[in-house]
Amino acid sequence: MEVLEFILSVIVNGLSQGGIYAMIAIGYTMVYGIAKLLNFAHGDIIMVAAYTIIVTVNTSMPIGVSLPLSILLSIVICVLLGVAIEKVAYKPLRGASPLAVLITAIGVSYLLQSIAQIIFGTAPKMTAKLDLGAFKLFGVPVKFSAIITLVITVLVMVGLTMFVKKSRTGRAMVAVSEDRGAAQLMGINVNKIITITFIIGSALAALAGFCSIIEAPSVTSTFGSMPGIKAFTAAVIGGIGSIPGAMLGGIMLGIVECIANKIPVIAPYTDAIEFSILIIILLVKPTGFLGKKRREKV
Amino acid sequence: MALLEVHDLEVNYGVIRAIKGISFEVNEGEIVTLIGANGAGKTTTMQSTVGLIPKKAGKVIFDGNDITKVPCHKIVHLGMTQVPEGRRIFQELTVYENLLMGAYSIKDKSGFKNDIESVYERFPRLAERRNQIAGTLSGGEQQMLAMGRAIMSHPKLLMLDEPSMGLSPLLVDQVFEIIKQINKDGTTVLLVEQNAGKSLAISDRAYVLENGEIVLSGTGKELSESEMVKKAYLGG
Ligand SMILES: Nc1ncnc2c1ncn2[C@@H]1O[C@H](COP(=O)(O)OP(=O)(O)OP(=O)(O)O)[C@@H](O)[C@H]1O
Ligand SMILES: [Mg+2]
Repeated sequence: MEVLEFILSVIVNGLSQGGIYAMIAIGYTMVYGIAKLLNFAHGDIIMVAAYTIIVTVNTSMPIGVSLPLSILLSIVICVLLGVAIEKVAYKPLRGASPLAVLITAIGVSYLLQSIAQIIFGTAPKMTAKLDLGAFKLFGVPVKFSAIITLVITVLVMVGLTMFVKKSRTGRAMVAVSEDRGAAQLMGINVNKIITITFIIGSALAALAGFCSIIEAPSVTSTFGSMPGIKAFTAAVIGGIGSIPGAMLGGIMLGIVECIANKIPVIAPYTDAIEFSILIIILLVKPTGFLGKKRREKV
Repeated sequence: MALLEVHDLEVNYGVIRAIKGISFEVNEGEIVTLIGANGAGKTTTMQSTVGLIPKKAGKVIFDGNDITKVPCHKIVHLGMTQVPEGRRIFQELTVYENLLMGAYSIKDKSGFKNDIESVYERFPRLAERRNQIAGTLSGGEQQMLAMGRAIMSHPKLLMLDEPSMGLSPLLVDQVFEIIKQINKDGTTVLLVEQNAGKSLAISDRAYVLENGEIVLSGTGKELSESEMVKKAYLGG
């Protein structure tokens, strides 16, 4: 029974936590691959989504109506925010030194956190409405939230993979990430592709925000920081720039985290273990699991 | 009226003056070549003409439109395509997908099947390897793919930047033969080459570029007989 419970919980919780990391990591990796910048404000988009949902779901409407509306609203707000960040903060810096872009990204991250603090204060915002309960699987309790996250993760991964492989815009994304100049010579509008990338990344961050608050419905201004850093770690482990890599890295990290949390002696060191994996992988395979070496060209 | 007119083009890299005010034109149906040594500014001329790198001064007219300030991706839609230096095919995509990218600017997809079949006819090697990842093609095959990809967009003007670079003599002959064919089939060609002998032989007209300036121009025949070109570019 003990063993079954362990295995089942690692599978369900590890995969769902990994799914959240993967969805965030995809945003990091796509933006890096296509716009060649590390968007450190990406984690804070999750926080914005979480606040949006927690504020709007606390209305008099029944949860079955208000929750889907809240999710939709959070996606819309995050997409608009993501696109605005790209246009205002990053676009003017195209061609600037990577360090300037990095500092800007960190600045945007703090800006979002500070605005959230001004609006919502420092105390965590909570709701009981988002506790979706649990059911028993082979006698083991499983949270509905984990199942919802798993379903969303699978849909996102399949949908995005199809989009990138099969659609004209998806292929244009691959082309831009591989060789921006050659892509322009095909008639691809690079600015448009970058905007689409931010739209997709922000929408996925909003979904990740939703999956995070049904897991633990309490939000502060730094809600997105740790998942953001973990997802960035996942993206690097998987090979930054690679979408399948981000999926793989996210799932791996989620499972490792879940196993570590289950073993009492090492549970306090879970974060340290995850970041150590990053360091080890960077030492052994600097490009990550599925990453490639790239030459940069005009 | 010429298909492409470049007037007093200047391009700088920071403080370096790479192109110092050059003018040239390409008439409809011609093959025109820019020859020049390493670092003369051939690639810079090609890339700034197509809008890939910014111009400091000058004017570019293509097919009656002033495209001086038009961004690269829009110029491609007007019918100017370039096979860039070093080919720059999409390594991670298959041969077929690369050709698909070549047709990106074509809105009407109804002719796509025909177009791709005619590329496969022109380059039988590509047909055999249509599902191969392009990064694993040989250098010669990659050059074929880059040319096939470029003609998928039905260019009025096809620009090729050193298509013979790194190819065996046999393949070089083949590439020049294909360029001649593409031109015969109705596409105007602007060629950049260090291989002056072969390129002058197929060119209607040519310009000699030295240190960012045009120092000589004339018909292909005139230039291949010029003492200066013979000395500097034809090895004696
Ligand atoms: N990105 C750049 N930054 C600074 N200088 C550059 C850059 N690109 C080219 N140059 C300089 O501009 C000049 C012209 O270069 P360009 O690449 O146009 O020459 P080219 O004629 O194409 O040479 P090759 O035959 O070797 O390809 C050279 O002196 C080169 O060093
Ligand atoms: Mg060159």
